[in-house]
Amino acid sequence: MLPGSASLDKKPTMKGSIMWVLLVLALVVQDRLAGGLEHKSYDYTKYHTMDEISAWMNQIERENPDVVSSMIYGQTYENRNISLLKIGLNSTTTKKAVWMDCGIHAREWIAPAFCQYFVKEILGSYEKDSKVNALLKNLDFYITPVLNMDGYIYSWIDDTTRLWRKSRSPGTGNCTCFGTDLNRNFYANWGMVGISRDCCSEIYNGPSPLSESEAKAVTDFLGMHQNQLLCYLTIHSYGQLILVPYGHPNISAPNYDELMEVGLAAAKAIKSVHGKSYKVGSSPDVLYANSGSSRDFARLIGIPYSFTFELRDEGQHGFLLPEDQIQPTCEEAYQGAMSIINYVHDKNFKSAAITVTATLWTTLTALWISSTNVI
Amino acid sequence: MASTGDLEPTHYPARRAATVALHYLNTHHGSPFRVFGLQQVHKASAEDVAAGGRKYKLDFSVTDWASGSEGPALRCSADVLFPQTERHSGPEVQLRCEALQQINRTAQEEHAFYQRYISPDSAVSARDIPDSYGNVSEEMQPFWRLARVAASFIMLRESSERTEFNMAQVASVAQQGSSEEQLMLEFVVLLHDFPSQEIIQWKLLASWSPDRGVRVLQTEWQPRCPHATKPPN
Repeated sequence: MLPGSASLDKKPTMKGSIMWVLLVLALVVQDRLAGGLEHKSYDYTKYHTMDEISAWMNQIERENPDVVSSMIYGQTYENRNISLLKIGLNSTTTKKAVWMDCGIHAREWIAPAFCQYFVKEILGSYEKDSKVNALLKNLDFYITPVLNMDGYIYSWIDDTTRLWRKSRSPGTGNCTCFGTDLNRNFYANWGMVGISRDCCSEIYNGPSPLSESEAKAVTDFLGMHQNQLLCYLTIHSYGQLILVPYGHPNISAPNYDELMEVGLAAAKAIKSVHGKSYKVGSSPDVLYANSGSSRDFARLIGIPYSFTFELRDEGQHGFLLPEDQIQPTCEEAYQGAMSIINYVHDKNFKSAAITVTATLWTTLTALWISSTNVI
Repeated sequence: MASTGDLEPTHYPARRAATVALHYLNTHHGSPFRVFGLQQVHKASAEDVAAGGRKYKLDFSVTDWASGSEGPALRCSADVLFPQTERHSGPEVQLRCEALQQINRTAQEEHAFYQRYISPDSAVSARDIPDSYGNVSEEMQPFWRLARVAASFIMLRESSERTEFNMAQVASVAQQGSSEEQLMLEFVVLLHDFPSQEIIQWKLLASWSPDRGVRVLQTEWQPRCPHATKPPN
C-alpha cells in the first residue's frame, strides 16, 4: 500500500469502527459544552422583545454555522441595523431564493413570532426530512424576523404604544405626527389608492416613495437579488387572509390565475391543521384597495410568487392575539407557507427527485466498490 | 364602482355588510356571557334603492365567542341598508337568526354576575383588556364582553360601506354607582377600522341587567393625538 493512497483498499476493522464512534461522541460532547452553559431553550410560544430576537438571531447563526449566516442590509430611521438570516445548504448548482419578512407593521406581534418559528422548523427538520433538505439545497431563504424594528420596539414601551403601526420617522413640514406606513411607501403605484396624505394617518404613504430607510433597504436587497428570487412572502396580521397582487383594483398580475390556485392550495393546507379558514384573493377584492405595498413592488420587479399573509384572528382579539394561540397559528401558517414554497421549488427544480436518486446510486456504487476492493 | 347584484361572499363588500348585521345582533342579544362573531357569509347581494342608498341582502352564520371553538353556528339572514344622506347616518338593519331562543343557557351565569357586582360597594376598575400579550383574566371576561356589546352600538352607528370595525381593546372600565338596579359601567374602548387602519377611541356609559340587557347612555369620541380636533366622520 502506497503512503497517501486512497483508503479504497482498506477493509473496515473493529478498531476503526470504535475510533469513528469515539470521534463522533467527542465532537457531540464538545458541541454541547460549547453552547451548553448559556444554551437556554428559546420559547417560541411567547412574544419576544427586539433584544431577545436579536440575541436569538445570533444564537441561531452560531449554532448552525453551515446553514445560517446573517446579513445587514440597511438601517432603520433610528439607525438600527436591519438584518436577515440567510438559510441554505452549500450547492454546486445555481441556487434560487425565497424572501420572507415579518413585522412591517409594529403592532402585528404574531408576525415576528411566525418568522422565528419558521426558522426553527426548517433548521430542525432539514437533516431528517428529505423534502426540506432539497429545499435548502436548491433555495436560499432570506428571512427578516422584524423589519420595522423602530416601530416594534416602540410598541413594547407601554400600553399606550402597543397599537403603533408605522415607522418612527418624524413628520416633515408642518406635520407634528410621527411615522409613515411602510407598506404604502414602496415604489409600486405609489400614492394611487388606499393611502392618506394626512401624515397623522395610519396609512400615510410618506412624503415620497421610499422616503423610509426600511422600505429602501428591502427595495435595494430585492433589486440586487431579483434574478434569484422566486417567492416573496410578507407576514402580517390580522384577518386570516392570503393576498395576491396587485393592490390596485384595475391592475392584475399576469399570473393571477396561478397565484390564486397556489393561494387556495395554501389555504387548504392551513385549514387542515386546526380548521381555520383563510380567504384568498387580491387585496381590492378581499380586503381593500391599496398601493405602495412591498408585495406589489416584489411582483412588479418580476418575483413571480408574491403573497401577503394576514394571520389570526378575525377580530375577536385582533392585534392582541393571546400567547396560547402563537403555537397553533404558527403551525397552520407554516403549512401554508410550505405549500407555496414547495410548489415554487418543484416547478423550478423538476429534476430534483431524479438528482436525489442518481446521487444515491452513485454513493451506493462507490461504497460497494470500496468494500470489495475492486482497485 | 360598487358592485350590484350577487356578491362574492368572501369579498369585502359582503363581509362589511355582514359585520354591520353582526353589530346589530350583538346590540340586541349580546350580554356578559354572549358575544357573537361572524363565522361565514354564505350568500350576499346588493342593489341601489330609490332614495339613493344601497341595500344588502345577506345569508350568514355566527358563533358565540363565549362558547369557545366548540360552539354551534347560528344561521342568520339580514337586510342592511346604507342610506345616502348629506351627513352620515347609521345603517338600518333587519335581522332574523334561527334558534336565538337558546338564550336561557346563560341565565344562571348572568344572574350570578349581576348579584356579585350590583352591591353598593362594588367598584370594579381595570385597564387594558386584553393586555399587550392578549391576556384577559377570568374575572374580566364578562366585562370585556359587555364592553364589546356596548361598543357594538357605536360600531353600528358609525358604519358605512367604507368601514369595517372591530373592538381592538378595552382601554379602561370603571364601575359607576348602580342606578335603577342597573350595573353602570364607564368604558373607554379602542375601535379598529380596517380600511383606514385607524384606532378610534370612544368613551361610553353603559347600563346592564339580565332583564334589560345592555343599553348605551352616553358616547363621547376621544382624540388620541393631542392635536386631533374632530372625529373621522
